[in-house]
Amino acid sequence: MKPLKLALVPVFALALANAGWAGDVAAGDVVYDDGAVAVSLSGMAGDPAAGKKVMTTRGLGNCIACHTVSSLSEFAFHGEIGPTLDGAGSRWTEAQLRGIVSDAKKTFDGSMMPSFYKKSGYIRPGNAYTGKAASEDELSTLLTAQQIEDVVAYLQTLKD
Amino acid sequence: MGMLAKAAAIGAFAALSLGQAASADEDARLIINGEEEMIVRAAPPAWSPLPELLSGWLFRTVETQRLQMDDFENPGFTSVDSAWETWSLPEGSAGKSCADCHGDAASMKGVRAVMPKVNAENGELWTLEMYINNCRTERMGAESWGWNSGSMVDMTALISLQSRGMPVNVAIDGAAAPFWEAGKELYYTRTGQLELSCANCHEDNYGNMIRADHLSQGQINGFPVYRLKNAKLNSIHARFKGCVRDTRAETYKEGSPEFTALELYVASRGNGLSVEAPSVRN
Ligand code: HEC
Ligand code: HEC
Ligand code: HEC
Repeated sequence: MKPLKLALVPVFALALANAGWAGDVAAGDVVYDDGAVAVSLSGMAGDPAAGKKVMTTRGLGNCIACHTVSSLSEFAFHGEIGPTLDGAGSRWTEAQLRGIVSDAKKTFDGSMMPSFYKKSGYIRPGNAYTGKAASEDELSTLLTAQQIEDVVAYLQTLKD
Repeated sequence: MGMLAKAAAIGAFAALSLGQAASADEDARLIINGEEEMIVRAAPPAWSPLPELLSGWLFRTVETQRLQMDDFENPGFTSVDSAWETWSLPEGSAGKSCADCHGDAASMKGVRAVMPKVNAENGELWTLEMYINNCRTERMGAESWGWNSGSMVDMTALISLQSRGMPVNVAIDGAAAPFWEAGKELYYTRTGQLELSCANCHEDNYGNMIRADHLSQGQINGFPVYRLKNAKLNSIHARFKGCVRDTRAETYKEGSPEFTALELYVASRGNGLSVEAPSVRN
């Protein structure tokens, strides 16, 4: 992490909490190439241990709501909506995985999988799970750039 | 069973059902009190995208299913009992009760099976709740009941029970057609930050687990539904609200034109299943 970024934190703490780090690629600026995203969204490497947490936590990625993952069997209740993620690290490149996690609809047309790094284009967006309205400029991405990187790092450990 | 014992037993079931999300026997038959068989699987109407219509009861655990097979075990019946009392209670400036005009509650047989329906007097689509409140405010001179108030939900349970076993048969043509189209549109709209439609979960994925929940077709033939989760009867619109909220969307209000149209469309997707109210779910 660059020291400059750290110094900015206290000053912009409020804005950053919503918008993510200043060095992040903004949701609207992510470049998809055939669904894949080549560069790290946060500019940093992902941490697989943190990614595991994101994938199994209901308020975060909650990926196991829809996917089974054998290596996450210590967490109860895996869903059956999508395919198992076992071996995903062998099936897809890092860039493809980053693209799928950021906006799966760019890889799988019309996918039911939520777009975790997107901020606009919604119908009746709500303020989290309150059922109340949220305006698009108040919305944050479902996951932060670093959380996406952490999840991608964990997915890469899922080899056949 | 005394009320307290009953409450304790329900608590135990609620705890149990959390631990075992897996599906129950999907070939099961729903026979209530050992004599009234419900139609829990039905052939779909010609326009339906579903290969077979399945009651939500089929997707619940054996323990939850059993609670609905005996009216003495069914926790929703406490509410039916209280609505029986309200039925003959005079209220409002006219000093009348429901019974004064409608006689026995059994006169309501068949009403639930065709709700919601277009009110011939004003051309609006009305749900059961709207008909009830109209009698209260226009005919009894009484206060209207809140959509999710105990009095309202209990009364819808009592009235729906009179149609138990009858096939749902809402009209979707004629004056109902534009409302049905509007409801259909809502059913397939992917709302909220999760961008999910009713169809994503209840048409494309019924039978699948989503985390700890076994997805059903999201039918409303069992409403009002007693949920072990919140230990009370729940209205149709309250359930819709919860599902829309869970897509991280701004919900519609109970009684809104949107939810009323959606209710018609969802009801029609169950045309042919028995009215099962009050049913029991987790
Ligand atoms: C609401 C359900 C849902 C959630 C939540 C979800 N996914 Fe998916 N995912 C799917 C579906 C469905 C597919 C299959 C692609 C399609 O739509 O055809 C999929 C596909 C994938 C694939 C490609 C699978 C393969 O190897 O072929 C990956 C990788 C993936 N998801 C990762 C994730 C991660 C990581 C998360 C959490 C951050 C997540 N998913 C959350 C539904 C979901
Ligand atoms: C002063 C007489 C009167 C009272 C009191 C009254 N109603 Fe009604 N109600 C009517 C009339 C008249 C209609 C319209 C004709 C019909 O469908 O029976 C009606 C219609 C209804 C309908 C619609 C039936 C249908 O098939 O469309 C419902 C439901 C209903 N009443 C419930 C109630 C309830 C519950 C109460 C007590 C809270 C109540 N009513 C009190 C006179 C009354
Ligand atoms: C993310 C998935 C999801 C979406 C989207 C969703 N629901 Fe549900 N719904 C559930 C779950 C989980 C349950 C509880 C288990 C079951 O019965 O499917 C449920 C239950 C229901 C029930 C109760 C069924 C019963 O037998 O008691 C109804 C009715 C319902 N949903 C209607 C809807 C409608 C209408 C929409 C669209 C506005 C919708 N749902 C959107 C997940 C969803």
